[in-house]
Amino acid sequence: MSADGRSTTSTTAHSTIDLTKIKPYGDTLNDGMMQFSFTLPVPYSDEAREAARLYLLKMGVDEPQISHYEDLGVGYTFFVCYGKGTHTVDFTKIEVPKVDVEVMDKYGVEDYIKENIKRPVVIVGACTGTDAHTVGIDAIMNMKGYDGHYGLERYEGIEAYNLGSQMPNEEFLAKAIELNADAVIVSQVVTQKDVHIPNLTNLIELIEAEGLRDKLVVVAGGPRISHELAKEIGYDAGFSTGTYAEHVATFVVTQMVQRGLV
Amino acid sequence: MQKNKLNLDFGLVAEARQSAARIAADIQPFIDQHSSVTVERTVARLLGIDGIDELERPLPNIMIEAIKKEGGLPLGAAYWIGRAMLATGKTPQEIAEGVAAGEIELAKLPEKSVEDIQAAVNKVAVKTVERIRANRAHREDFIKNVGEGPKPYLYVIVATGNIYEDVLQAQAAARQGADVIAVIRTTAQSLLDYVPYGPTTEGFGGTYATQENFRIMRRALDEVGNEVGRYIRLCNYCSGLCMPEIAAMGALERLDVMLNDALYGILFRDINMQRTLVDQYFSRIINGFAGIIINTGEDNYLTTADAVEEAHTVLASQFINEQFALRAGLPEEQMGLGHAFEMNPNLKDGFLLELSQAQMARDIFPKAPLKYMPPTKFMNGNIFKGHVQDALFNMVSIMTNQGIQLPGMLTEAIHTPLLQDRALSIENARYIFNNMRSISDEIEFKEGGMIQSRAQAVLADAAAMLKDIEQEGIMSTIEKGKFAGVKRPMNGGKGLDGVVVKDALYFNPFIELMLGKEGE
Repeated sequence: MSADGRSTTSTTAHSTIDLTKIKPYGDTLNDGMMQFSFTLPVPYSDEAREAARLYLLKMGVDEPQISHYEDLGVGYTFFVCYGKGTHTVDFTKIEVPKVDVEVMDKYGVEDYIKENIKRPVVIVGACTGTDAHTVGIDAIMNMKGYDGHYGLERYEGIEAYNLGSQMPNEEFLAKAIELNADAVIVSQVVTQKDVHIPNLTNLIELIEAEGLRDKLVVVAGGPRISHELAKEIGYDAGFSTGTYAEHVATFVVTQMVQRGLV
Repeated sequence: MQKNKLNLDFGLVAEARQSAARIAADIQPFIDQHSSVTVERTVARLLGIDGIDELERPLPNIMIEAIKKEGGLPLGAAYWIGRAMLATGKTPQEIAEGVAAGEIELAKLPEKSVEDIQAAVNKVAVKTVERIRANRAHREDFIKNVGEGPKPYLYVIVATGNIYEDVLQAQAAARQGADVIAVIRTTAQSLLDYVPYGPTTEGFGGTYATQENFRIMRRALDEVGNEVGRYIRLCNYCSGLCMPEIAAMGALERLDVMLNDALYGILFRDINMQRTLVDQYFSRIINGFAGIIINTGEDNYLTTADAVEEAHTVLASQFINEQFALRAGLPEEQMGLGHAFEMNPNLKDGFLLELSQAQMARDIFPKAPLKYMPPTKFMNGNIFKGHVQDALFNMVSIMTNQGIQLPGMLTEAIHTPLLQDRALSIENARYIFNNMRSISDEIEFKEGGMIQSRAQAVLADAAAMLKDIEQEGIMSTIEKGKFAGVKRPMNGGKGLDGVVVKDALYFNPFIELMLGKEGE
């Protein structure tokens, strides 16, 4: 029986999925099955277990089952639970802003630069502010790259400068100006208490104050950076988890051509 | 007879060790001829100077700034403090308060003979050294009377930013089975050229290392240690621009483990290499004397460089860290040389290579409590696969008898660990350690097989690299970017203006007292 009151009762065929009302899938269409794990700040007890069950009910989860719970050692209890989600989402109405370019591979980017830009593209990157975690910027920029995807340093036609971590925005921008950068890319890994937002905003303000906003492609990246967030605070693009050097390179070179920065 | 599961050429190991010893010896005259602002602040701290002025400037900083301004730093803080003690009859703390208030001008005090100054300073220094010795004895007694966990010690991080919240999480972790609690420092503390003061409740991605925070956590861990019947070790970060000061604070408050690498600050925090080489020496003397296990940072190489291709740089750095530590009087039993499980999980037979690397470190540094770091680089938010990666890592650790294990978090790359993440992580490690407890006694590796051959090749590369460095010199090697692919110039980076050439009359009483040359 389908729970959403649609006329069809078939729950197996792909064609019967109502995209205006989707819900989680366990092993049967529209069963709503979801897994949860969380901690409640109460001692391990039958009452704690009941509290977890009630919490899931309040979240709109039907038939909550506490499959496991254990004492965390400070009077708190950890739960693993399953239950059936009751809410639905209209998939047909969803719009997510994306970096809208066809991604080229390394060779594609190199050819594109030769044909359309005809000079070296200078890209300067860093982990700015107090962030000391270079894993993101290294993955994109360093020769070796990440997971089999070469970094920008290895791209023919790109001069990549990785300025490392904890780079003050002022110094970063000064260096970008000195190197005559076409693009600056900023990585932010530490995002506790949203420290990355004021830091990213500060950089954009500095770039605007220098009158360079139109002349530079400005890109942010990090596990909690979305394209939408980056656009909102004035960047040209934002890249999140799953990004490789070719994504960033493609965006930078196509932007340069589109904006006549060649 | 050394265990040799990997059929390593121990003649080559000895050669590599000799190269590393010559590399460290080569730079020692430079270290001996120089001091730094943080080394001198450390002397001030060890002579009892602590606290802040109304602008929250630490008194050790005010003292050293005052000395530096008069051009007196080449003589060392001990000289100026001792001279002021003789001239005023005040304690070092009272003198520092007087300097901060503008009531004492050190250079204007009457001159005294160096012998008298040394005698006066030594009286105070000996008391501090005794306090640290007593801390060491206290630790040993606690372990003897109450006990400790089996190796690998489970090393768990807390990082809330608030020391009181850290205490809650640390005690929970100890009850779940943690043996070492590391309080991660707030982002960028390593770049502060002073140590903040007092209990702190705000930090980003970590908690300020302050002496008061050390004291609060020490008390909490002793309390929970008594409850669970295990000594719980406390770890902090003896790196950055205040290496020896943090070491001194840790020695005074009975910390047990310190991140303390000879080269890490240069490579990963862009701290000037002259500064770091000078600072690391005194910090390691203090750690050695205080019975503190140091953790070196080779694991960090693999977050930038490839873990398969650059494996030999990890081994080469371990050899160098070992020799720098020995020079500072730090015994092998306190050398938590670092390495990590950071190969790409999609690599065919990657587990075998990890096993080979870990066993190699074990065989080459048999007494060292090796610090083994979990996968981070290829953790991507898939907590289910991540938990399995962590399980493989735990298996390598128990199969090769690692000393200190930082159990991986399934939520690595998502957030700093939640209470439940840490519990799951410890549960994972304890399950595997218990379920495979004696495996290392049961396994041998196939002669000429993949695991043996790999270790032999990595050793050969490391030995060759050390030969190169020996020819080139450590500073020039770093300038050329041979470690972790990071290049650092001799006069670049932060903190160079805090390095000073010592005067012929310079003295630091703690070096002799702590290196055991006081005629025991």
